[in-house]
Amino acid sequence: MQRYSGFGLAKHALSHHENWERQWRNPTPKKQYDVIIVGGGGHGLATAYYLAKEHGITNVAVVEKGWLGGGNTARNTTIVRSNYLWDESAALYEHAMKLWEGLSQDINYNVMFSQRGVMNLAHTLQDMRDVQRRVNANRLNGIDSEVITPERIQEIVPIMDCSKNARYPVLGASWQPRAGVARHDAVAWGYARAADALGVDLLQNTEVTGFKIRDGRVHGVHTNRGDIEAKTVGCVAAGNSGVLAKMAGFRLPLESHPLQALVSEPLKPVLDTVVMSNHVHGYISQTDKGDLVIGAGIDGYNGYGQRGSYPTVEHTLQAIVEMFPIFSRVRMNRQWGGIVDTCPDACPILSKTPVKGLFFNCGWGTGGFKATPGSGHVFAWTLAKGQTHPLAAPFSIDRFHTGALVDEHGAAGVAH
Amino acid sequence: MFYIHCPYCEEHREEEEFHAKGQAHIARPADPESCSDQEWGDYLFFRDNPRGIHHELWVHAVGCRKFFNITRNTVSYAILETYKMGEQPHFTAEHPDGKPAEKVAAEAEAVSRQEGVNV
Repeated sequence: MQRYSGFGLAKHALSHHENWERQWRNPTPKKQYDVIIVGGGGHGLATAYYLAKEHGITNVAVVEKGWLGGGNTARNTTIVRSNYLWDESAALYEHAMKLWEGLSQDINYNVMFSQRGVMNLAHTLQDMRDVQRRVNANRLNGIDSEVITPERIQEIVPIMDCSKNARYPVLGASWQPRAGVARHDAVAWGYARAADALGVDLLQNTEVTGFKIRDGRVHGVHTNRGDIEAKTVGCVAAGNSGVLAKMAGFRLPLESHPLQALVSEPLKPVLDTVVMSNHVHGYISQTDKGDLVIGAGIDGYNGYGQRGSYPTVEHTLQAIVEMFPIFSRVRMNRQWGGIVDTCPDACPILSKTPVKGLFFNCGWGTGGFKATPGSGHVFAWTLAKGQTHPLAAPFSIDRFHTGALVDEHGAAGVAH
Repeated sequence: MFYIHCPYCEEHREEEEFHAKGQAHIARPADPESCSDQEWGDYLFFRDNPRGIHHELWVHAVGCRKFFNITRNTVSYAILETYKMGEQPHFTAEHPDGKPAEKVAAEAEAVSRQEGVNV
């Protein structure tokens, strides 16, 4: 792998940047691998990378039906934070946060991780109580988090309407300074390049059409490019997890919903942090390019069409304009939807399944991007050892029968 | 924007008047007290999540406030039919172009165990 550096940039400038090597190979599938990962999004690629790097398992294939990072990895609002309420999820997301902090160096790829802080606004007395409870829980878990007053919010975001006369007045917020945003595509590409360099085969345009299962054990997958064998298969397919589970003969407690986002025309720098509001339901940040990135809610119905409904857009933009009257005449450039696999308790599933050797990493719902490194790290451990990582243990699929749910509806950024 | 026919109001109304309530035709266990954890968990949390034809429960929230069912394609989003509680769908995954008439008649005889239906 050609390492990226400032020196390399200068060197390639001499040849007009025409001689950069390809970031990853485009191999033909082998007949057999040690591990197959189904799904080439951020989580799947991260899993492959950590399998190769931390566990020395390099005979790995990532099977992707489209192109790398073309699903939810490319469709989210790029927010990274770890201020979750319960110990189990806080530990998992904080594990991811720590990996984010060294990620660009680790994979030699600038993921543009910018710790510009995230605030979650409170608009009612109950919101305030919830914010205080969550901040206290975060601090007990060693996660940086504080309650801030409307005066402090106004200092950080001068353009927000913090007046008492607002329809939903801002009473305070939780504030995580270490949180921020990252460049979503770079995360997928960086992991893909690093995994490829360690020998992982990234198989694009390869769709899994079924599993080879004999005597309750997985032996590989059927794909549109022929059968591929492996004794261990990990599925990291977000919205399509339910479809894969059906192929393997079991059900998951997931519903796939469209979740949409939109970006505006580029503006001069006006917002240097991330503002989220559960109550009026909108969240917003500004990219380095200047676009406002706005996240909407999920559509209430199940859907696999990667687009969202107009009433949801309207609802979100009402909230954004209410909070930021200055944006009332900003024009929106693009709007799109991703298919999120929502779980009844708004927590992921990182689990063994009824089929031996087949593991699922899914159910991240509306908030998977922030967990990408942690999810991949923990899932790689799980696939390498054949048993669930201690951080993933509370997120077993068994919890829907034992009743030990981890209810994170309050900390999830999107109501569902 | 969906334009949904409410089978009770017998009118097409806009999507914003309705709320989706998830998978339809989920029968509540006849004797919840004697359910195993497995059965109760399956009933509460596990859902069909098909790519294609899906039967779902909706409520006409700001209209007649009645619950009814929709058969909808989750990829194209085409609404194939709406029908009242206690009725059976005409379009299913096995019969995407509609069931034969005799099968519909036979099913109409069957007692629906859908929640909220007084037979």
